[in-house]
Amino acid sequence: MDLQEFLSPIAELAAQSGPQNKIVMSSRVRLARNLQGFPFPGWAKKPDRVKSCEKSTVAVQTLPQMEGGLSLAMESLSSLDKQILVERHLISREHAAKGAGSGLVLSRDQSLSVMINEEDHLRMQCVLPGLQLDRAWEAIDAVDSAIEHHLDYAFSPQLGYLTACPTNIGTGIRVSAMLHLPALVLGEQINQIIQAVNKLGLAVRGLYGEGTEALGNVFQVSNQMTLGDSEEEILERLGKVVAQVIEHENDARALLLEKKPKSVLDHVGRAYGILANAHRIPSKEAINLLSLFRLGIDLGLFGDAPRALTDELFLIVQPAHLQLISKGKLSPEQRDFLRADLIRERLHDIPRPGSTPPSAPGALDKPA
Amino acid sequence: MVCMICKENEAKVHLTQVVGGKLKKVDLCEKCAKEKGIDDPMGFSLADLLMGLGASQGLAQGTTEGEDTACPKCGFTQADFKKSGRLGCADCYQHFAEGLEGMLKGMHKGMRHTGKTPHQPRRPRPVTRRIQSLQKQLESAVAGEDYEEAARLRDEIKLLRAEPAPPESPAN
Repeated sequence: MDLQEFLSPIAELAAQSGPQNKIVMSSRVRLARNLQGFPFPGWAKKPDRVKSCEKSTVAVQTLPQMEGGLSLAMESLSSLDKQILVERHLISREHAAKGAGSGLVLSRDQSLSVMINEEDHLRMQCVLPGLQLDRAWEAIDAVDSAIEHHLDYAFSPQLGYLTACPTNIGTGIRVSAMLHLPALVLGEQINQIIQAVNKLGLAVRGLYGEGTEALGNVFQVSNQMTLGDSEEEILERLGKVVAQVIEHENDARALLLEKKPKSVLDHVGRAYGILANAHRIPSKEAINLLSLFRLGIDLGLFGDAPRALTDELFLIVQPAHLQLISKGKLSPEQRDFLRADLIRERLHDIPRPGSTPPSAPGALDKPA
Repeated sequence: MVCMICKENEAKVHLTQVVGGKLKKVDLCEKCAKEKGIDDPMGFSLADLLMGLGASQGLAQGTTEGEDTACPKCGFTQADFKKSGRLGCADCYQHFAEGLEGMLKGMHKGMRHTGKTPHQPRRPRPVTRRIQSLQKQLESAVAGEDYEEAARLRDEIKLLRAEPAPPESPAN
């Protein structure tokens, strides 16, 4: 089956929602595993890579969780296919560069994805909308336990699961939550938060943008240490920190509305003005303005406009998704035109933002 | 002062950050700083960089200068690790154990795996549960200002944490 047919329609994907969706865009748990008796993919010669890829692919695609799913060889994918998978966070940029001897298995709903022969023989992840770290862990734990019946993992009682990079050994787990934190950024508190979270041994990175940029005020909080604590301890610590960050973001929103209502209205209104009227917009600008638009929706400035609209736009303004929509290759300039057209179209029926801030505390429904 | 990464150019970017409660310093040349994304202090995590640096240096400590024995299983050497920061195969962990130890200590919470084990039913480890209950007792002891009891509990927790093997698997 063709990848592009298989993938969920963008609108459907964006309409998925989960607990704390206002601030937590998605939750992800990833496990790194390797096969006994094969060198790690980065060091293995091609025949070994092809062999281990075959072995893993057979074991993974026959899992009950993968029924109705899709199994792909990386060399069979076009560069556009690969880029779409990266933009949907289903594979890493590193994996997109792989060819023969690497593969990918996706579950029907794409909440589960297993990269075969990325840096490790198996990199399996579960991504769920909103704050659902425990459920994501349960799902990927079950996948891992099922695979274990078919493959012998490289494991040492002392060091746990052995991985190509020593930073992943032990549990091989990376737990992360994608957080939308516009008020902490506007209120200039974000650096304090990042430093505090770093002190607890957790990493904070921007989700969009190259390297260290945090475009669209979307941050990814994840654990760094994988050896010494159990999976449950790691999940619990990250969960506690995420709950704190959510609280700070909610407080920062309430504070902004109370102390600087004009400034909030101005940011949101300008963002709307450009998004609804621009005819050419680069992706950086679009993502940053969409973040403010999303904040406006959260604050009730756009009536009952659905948050899913911004999440859909976050996805389609990216280069590969634009090319998917246009069904052809686009120059960077053409992309900027099409991006602006799509955003204008989607915002056509959205009324201008209200010019009075919602009565502060009441409008900010506290998380359930 | 020369750059910690390329060890060629003069270090012009000096960074200090608190990582895991410890003060860490890094000196880099402009080119390397830019490559590592340090020109944008916002999302830059010194820990990542230090891990990378620590990795290549840590492994080298295990063997004496000039001697670089390859992993008997896969032929991987220290020099390869220095280049990629990745190991060659599962057996490398044994072959380079000595050099890896210091590095692992620096980057992880502990030196013993306490999580999931293949083919074993999932349950909270008895030791972990014991530590949790002791910790609760410790908190209430501190709250009740019973510092003698608190000290005793603290030591017991420390002892349990340092225990080399969980008592449930004496066979290993």
